[in-house]
Amino acid sequence: MRIRSILIVSFIFSFLSCSNEDITYEPVPQPLEIPQIFSDNIIAPVIPNDNPQTAEGVALGKKLFFDTILSSNNTQACASCHSPQNAFTDITPTSVGIDGIFGTRNSMPLFNLAWNYNERFNWDGTALSLERQAEEPVENPIELHSNWDNVISRLQLDSEYPELFKLAFKTSTITKELTTKAIAQFERTLISANSKFDRYSLGEATLTPQELNGLDVFLREDKGDCFHCHGNPNNPLWTDNLFHNNGLDSAFTDLGLGSTTGDPNDNGKFRSPSLRNLAYTAPYMHDGRFSTLDEVINHYSEGLQNSSTIDPLMKQISQGGVQLSQDDKADLKAFLLTLSDPSFINNSEFQN
Amino acid sequence: MNSTIFKHYVYFFNIKITALVLLIGLGFSSCSEDLDDNLTPTIQITFKFTHHWDNEPVTNSSLNILQFTNANGELLSIERLRYIISGIRFTNSANESFLLDSYNLVDLTSNKGLSYTVQTEIPEDTYSVSFTFGLNNEDNSENYVDLNSESFNVPDMMGGGYHYMQFDGKFINTNSEEQGFNYHAIRAVDNAGTDPTSPQDTFFTVNLGTITVLNRTEIEVKMNIAEWFTNPNLWDLNEFNQMLMPNSAAQIMIYENGQSVFSLGEVTQ
Repeated sequence: MRIRSILIVSFIFSFLSCSNEDITYEPVPQPLEIPQIFSDNIIAPVIPNDNPQTAEGVALGKKLFFDTILSSNNTQACASCHSPQNAFTDITPTSVGIDGIFGTRNSMPLFNLAWNYNERFNWDGTALSLERQAEEPVENPIELHSNWDNVISRLQLDSEYPELFKLAFKTSTITKELTTKAIAQFERTLISANSKFDRYSLGEATLTPQELNGLDVFLREDKGDCFHCHGNPNNPLWTDNLFHNNGLDSAFTDLGLGSTTGDPNDNGKFRSPSLRNLAYTAPYMHDGRFSTLDEVINHYSEGLQNSSTIDPLMKQISQGGVQLSQDDKADLKAFLLTLSDPSFINNSEFQN
Repeated sequence: MNSTIFKHYVYFFNIKITALVLLIGLGFSSCSEDLDDNLTPTIQITFKFTHHWDNEPVTNSSLNILQFTNANGELLSIERLRYIISGIRFTNSANESFLLDSYNLVDLTSNKGLSYTVQTEIPEDTYSVSFTFGLNNEDNSENYVDLNSESFNVPDMMGGGYHYMQFDGKFINTNSEEQGFNYHAIRAVDNAGTDPTSPQDTFFTVNLGTITVLNRTEIEVKMNIAEWFTNPNLWDLNEFNQMLMPNSAAQIMIYENGQSVFSLGEVTQ
């Protein structure tokens, strides 16, 4: 009889505990909406198995992305240097942190990040996943200048965040890992695939003769030869996401990938940025040295600097570059601007 | 026999019947596999791609160093090497062929695609084995999302399709300066522009010779990189270094020199 009573009580307890588990909220899966121009042409995006996209995770990530709580003095958020109006970069050559100190690198624009198949992020490839990329700026002394212990404490004491983490990750115990997972989920939703050129590729728009000639300059190996590093109509990312020395300097003050790998053969190499949304992402290059697209085109045409690690794809280095005519330069610029996507920077889902 | 003992008897009887049925099932199943094995034993085949400069092995740790001298006497480095092989064909003595309608991108630079296990298993036999360097014209007109993702395309105004090979590096030119070269193999094209034409095919078949496949088999395919510069065309990098894609004469020379680049290495089973 006594044993039977114990069994009955145990059963009730186990039922109650099951009941508690049962009422735990399940985040709603929210797979990326893959644009046709991508699904037709390139392989699927990279979504980590341990961080699937969910509606609650994305919403939390968006709130965190725009929240100054990540900085030590509550003055800056991720969005301070990655503004939606600038395709998630900013307008200064290098970015200023919470203490008014400028860094050494141009803020990278953020879009189509889930299609970086090699998963090396930042100009120098230091971050080996999008989640890890979100870790560093919080503690960087010339960026948000905080530390994760403080950030987690403040999030944990906040009136909203514990519940939002519970909805997104089924726990109200906030960690650095969950915080960066949420930010990465939001960043993966930043998809840009509705430029004039995208619509042209889908047969929904026409290019002007100047834009078409610019595409020809871009693709011809004996003219611009831009396509080997920056994609082509069949690779709508418009980047190879690999690291190249594109002849900016004959001596390096910033080693780029070399500072990450320690290999001198990687000195002066930086990740190829996408050519999408160039209309909104000036200034250009890893240090923002070029204010205009004209300066960028002039660099490849006449301004190349030789060095031991310059990419062999750079041509006619002894003459400074590929020597484009003024007409070809203007046409190339016109084509490049067709890769900009106003619907991306105006997407209400990406605004604060 | 009391009821408890009877229940146990029924229980064990049921287990015995179940076990017997399972054993009979397993027996049939294994007999069936044996029968299949006797008729068409199939072998998993893996191709292993190795690279050499004449007799010296070349790996991605050999890259970026001016250390190779070509037949024309130019000191050079290799910075990037990737190429497509496709259309692997096994032909037996009865002239029956197994054609694998697939391709593999070999990328020495990033150590990808150096080992390629074919998806179709081949019956035990002795075969003449061949593959296509690059893609034949029909395959080259398809849209491959993985190759697009690698930015391996050839622009439409240069004939479209895909590179057969990207081989980039630097050499010391006649002015004793380092200069880049882009030894890129594509389908030869004339009249680059809106209406390109192809003077001749520049993909080619590589015959590896006769191979007996008995068990799980690994076939080494060796590329002697030096041969790209050697014969029948003594390659002068000072003359042919960059912008070779729209140069059909250069493409045909690459095609000709490629004939002696590949050879069969070790076959292990």
